[in-house]
Amino acid sequence: MTQAFRVAGGAAVDRDRPVSFTFDGVAYGGYEGDTLASALLANGVRLVGRSYKYHRPRGIVSAGAEEPNALVGVERGSGRFTPNLRATQVELYDGLVATSQNRWPSLAFDVGAINDVFSPLYGAGFYYKTFMGPDLFGKNWAWKTLYEPVVRLAAGLGTAPTEPDPDRYVRYFDHCDVLIVGAGPAGLAAALAASESGADVVVCDENSAPGGSLRAETRARISGKSAGEWLEEAIAALGEAPNVRLMMRTQAFGYYAQNFVALSERITEPDLMTDPDLPRERLWQMRAREVVLATGAIERPLVFADNDRPGIMLADAARRYLIEYGVKVGERIVVVTAHDSAYRAALDLKDAGAGVELIADLREDAPGSLPEAARAAGLRVATKAAIHEVLGRRRVTGVRLAARPFGMRTFACDALLMSGGWTPSVHLFSQSRGNLVFDEGLQAFRPGAPVQRERSAGACNATFGLAEALAEGNTSGRKAAAAAGFSVREARAPGVEGAPPAFGGTLGAPAHVRGDRRLKAFVDYQNDVCVKDIELALQEGMRSIEQVKRYTTTGMGTDQGKLSNLNALAVAAAAQHKPMPEMGHTTFRPPYTPVTFGALAGPARGDLFDPIRRTPMHDWASDRGGAFEDVGSWKRAWYFPREGESMRDAVARECRTTRASVGLFDASTLGKIEVVGRDAAIFLERMYANAFRRLEPGRCRYGLMLNEAGFVMDDGVVARLAPDCFHVTTTTGGAPRVLAHMEDYLQTEFTDLRVWLTSTTEQWAVIAVQGPKARQAIAPLVEGIDLSNEAFPHMNARDARICGVPARLMRVSFTGELGYEINVGSAHGLDVWEAAWREVERHGGCPYGTEAMHVMRAEKGYVIVGQDTDGTVTLADLGLDRAIGKTKKDFVGKRSLSRPDMLRGDRKQLVGLLTEDPNVVLEEGAQITASAAPAVGSPALGHVTSSYRSPTLGRSIALALVAAGRSRMDAKLFAPMSDGAVAATVTAPVFYDKDGARLDA
Amino acid sequence: MLLIPCPYCGMERPELEFRYGGEAHVARPPDPAAIDDAAWAEYLHFRSNPKGVLAERWRHISGCGRFFNCLRDTAGDKILAVYRAGEPRPDLGGEGGR
Repeated sequence: MTQAFRVAGGAAVDRDRPVSFTFDGVAYGGYEGDTLASALLANGVRLVGRSYKYHRPRGIVSAGAEEPNALVGVERGSGRFTPNLRATQVELYDGLVATSQNRWPSLAFDVGAINDVFSPLYGAGFYYKTFMGPDLFGKNWAWKTLYEPVVRLAAGLGTAPTEPDPDRYVRYFDHCDVLIVGAGPAGLAAALAASESGADVVVCDENSAPGGSLRAETRARISGKSAGEWLEEAIAALGEAPNVRLMMRTQAFGYYAQNFVALSERITEPDLMTDPDLPRERLWQMRAREVVLATGAIERPLVFADNDRPGIMLADAARRYLIEYGVKVGERIVVVTAHDSAYRAALDLKDAGAGVELIADLREDAPGSLPEAARAAGLRVATKAAIHEVLGRRRVTGVRLAARPFGMRTFACDALLMSGGWTPSVHLFSQSRGNLVFDEGLQAFRPGAPVQRERSAGACNATFGLAEALAEGNTSGRKAAAAAGFSVREARAPGVEGAPPAFGGTLGAPAHVRGDRRLKAFVDYQNDVCVKDIELALQEGMRSIEQVKRYTTTGMGTDQGKLSNLNALAVAAAAQHKPMPEMGHTTFRPPYTPVTFGALAGPARGDLFDPIRRTPMHDWASDRGGAFEDVGSWKRAWYFPREGESMRDAVARECRTTRASVGLFDASTLGKIEVVGRDAAIFLERMYANAFRRLEPGRCRYGLMLNEAGFVMDDGVVARLAPDCFHVTTTTGGAPRVLAHMEDYLQTEFTDLRVWLTSTTEQWAVIAVQGPKARQAIAPLVEGIDLSNEAFPHMNARDARICGVPARLMRVSFTGELGYEINVGSAHGLDVWEAAWREVERHGGCPYGTEAMHVMRAEKGYVIVGQDTDGTVTLADLGLDRAIGKTKKDFVGKRSLSRPDMLRGDRKQLVGLLTEDPNVVLEEGAQITASAAPAVGSPALGHVTSSYRSPTLGRSIALALVAAGRSRMDAKLFAPMSDGAVAATVTAPVFYDKDGARLDA
Repeated sequence: MLLIPCPYCGMERPELEFRYGGEAHVARPPDPAAIDDAAWAEYLHFRSNPKGVLAERWRHISGCGRFFNCLRDTAGDKILAVYRAGEPRPDLGGEGGR
């Protein structure tokens, strides 16, 4: 297809580099430097999308980040599909494949457009009303089968890609003295002024080239040069300055505390094709000493009936397409405006040979120098205009309007340009927590006093004239550099000629549009919110603008109301007869424009998402076909299935073998803390419920740690190796928490104690050898220790040499069997493990995993903190209060144990549960009740915390926390499940070897 | 992300290196057994939670590992002063005292 709307000019495009691309499968031509939007317009494509709710045909409205309609998906191969991109910002390259969104089967014929006919059903609060709609047939049937699928099918933006993204994304932390956001006239003037001071200056801009409005400046002269020449020189000067970084295609999307600004930089497709090592995007987390915001302003649409027809466009966007891209948006043009700046568009388009039929000004009068220039150029100007009807559906064909002097008339046109004035882009200022003030004269919100080390310059500060913006940029740049500690020279801002001031603007909807429920006068294009929707929301009781926003969805979506917020506010204010400032405004939140998940995730995906911790014996278990489970960030061997064995079979065999002969278990993940120093014993006495002062060196104690509220926080064996040295173990997941808890008390409460804490979790590999043959199994490996039960009884620890390396040998058990834990340096872990395995194997033993460990400990009623406790469980609840050092005056948590709530008789206590049917295994988490079919709303007595099939007992067992459980021994309780209640009998929470004889074998 | 000056390291470091520790100057009663339930509950659960200047604890957990105290304006999320554990709360005078 020829580019019928391409005309002369267009500095941005390179006519020597034609490219081809497809949109919805149709091939078109464009030039390097085009955006997808400018190329589509050059090819006469006006219909580019369907609206969110009503599926109305939509065209390109803007030329920048504010675009609400022209959202496309760009396909770059498998996994590289990006939805919801603004065509106005998609840079064209050869081979680009773009598709429109939210239409089926095609953009031109969209079945969903039926929604437009039924639009009365989809008014304000549609979603709320639907979510609370009649529950036909009960059980949410209508919602699940009717409302949700219909809503999901009909409403929507682009679809998410289904393949993983193969591209690379990187992120940096960075610093600078002065960060300037926006490389338009104000930003460039600020950069030039700040750069002279020698400060480290970063200028970022979302566009592909710097200049902002200067790129389409045809009339003004700056410092005696054309705007283009001045711009070129400015860019060259900044490029040569070693202290300035000009970052294009870089969007400052979030402004956080202490001048921490998040930037996302995108790499172009051609660059990526040239250098595949480049990342797709870079996330810069920039800390700036000083910030200059020069983010410009966005032109506002006018609100009138059917103001969303393709071909209706912001006036300055049309001018930019003409000047920057050499694209004429129409042949017969009508301009409707309330601001002088649209006259510039009319003049430029007329100069380019387009027929400008009429400039219809909404104002009483248009006396400014730009309107005068338009009249002098022979353009027809009418005032006091009111737009009554737009003709054309998939493309505007005419407009019927009333204006002075001719009254009501219809004008044929193929482009309708509009301008309601300019809205300062205060998003980042607002994100910086600065308050906005409403300027009555300008009818705009502008930045109030800065809260952070920041200043706004140019149009974002409602400083609209070119000369004024350059001057304010210059001043801001100098002030920022000075505030960052650099000396600056007084430098004059460049002089400007030929940039006449532009005035005017309107907010909201004109009177004839308000209060008419038949009209579709759009305030928010992207969310299909009309004037009548906002009025309905107010009528239905919404009052604040935040409520109106949520009820109507105005200002939501990917554009976050960049075009619509101020008009929505004005419509709401008018409907309530309130002045604008009283309505307040909605909150500006990051991101300014959508940021990809890829940029935010950066390299933190796949293997780099979260660190994985592996024990020194990991590969041994992996080589033997061990299955693993995640415990915190650890990979733990879960069970070791033999050929043809199910998990259940393997776990049962591991339990039986361990209880019959010997099992080998990797306990390296246990948290370990070395507590040393003169006062180590006193410190542990204060940190644990147990007594430690009289614990003999060489002895172990099962330690229970409470938090100050008296609840069990962690547990583990504590071995005293010397009077001033303790080897403390913690739960696998609890080590960092326990160490932090200890450090806290040591540093801030018990500052009189001389104690040092060292995490040694990763220094020790721990090999548990458990079972009646454990002693025989380790005996050949151990030097210099008498392993006999008399010389080395249960709960003792010895320094030893095992397999020739230094070791800490502990006689401890988490299985209920005779057992040892061999601690050796991690570097020796695998060797010692393999030596131990040869012995274990010789005695008919096997390795066992965490599942068998869990089963065996539950058979013995040993609790797991965090599974059988939940932060509301006391030692008394667990039946472990005998561990409390009775003579201790104080320890962390002790005072709380005598609070009335801790002494209540109906506290949940740990008990055992045996199901009536020994083959039924209760579900962990199942609620426990007194009757099989409790009335709805009756409270549960407690819940199941651990439940297993016990191979040792040949039946199921469970541990549960049950209200006053110990007074319910032998009582029958129930676990109501969806397929009926399971009956179970309350028992003591120890199922095997109740007197512990096997431990002392 | 805040930049937090560590009074032990003597430099500003990003918030990532720190762990929050709740309100400062909430001393554990020297003899918990000697106080009544209400006083103990006050120590355990009640914090001032002001809109304005809060003395709070931070730990430079990925740096020197030490606890210190900090005066922060919770309304503007601004750090006004940092000082070592055990030192008295600095007097900010009129401006920071609101």
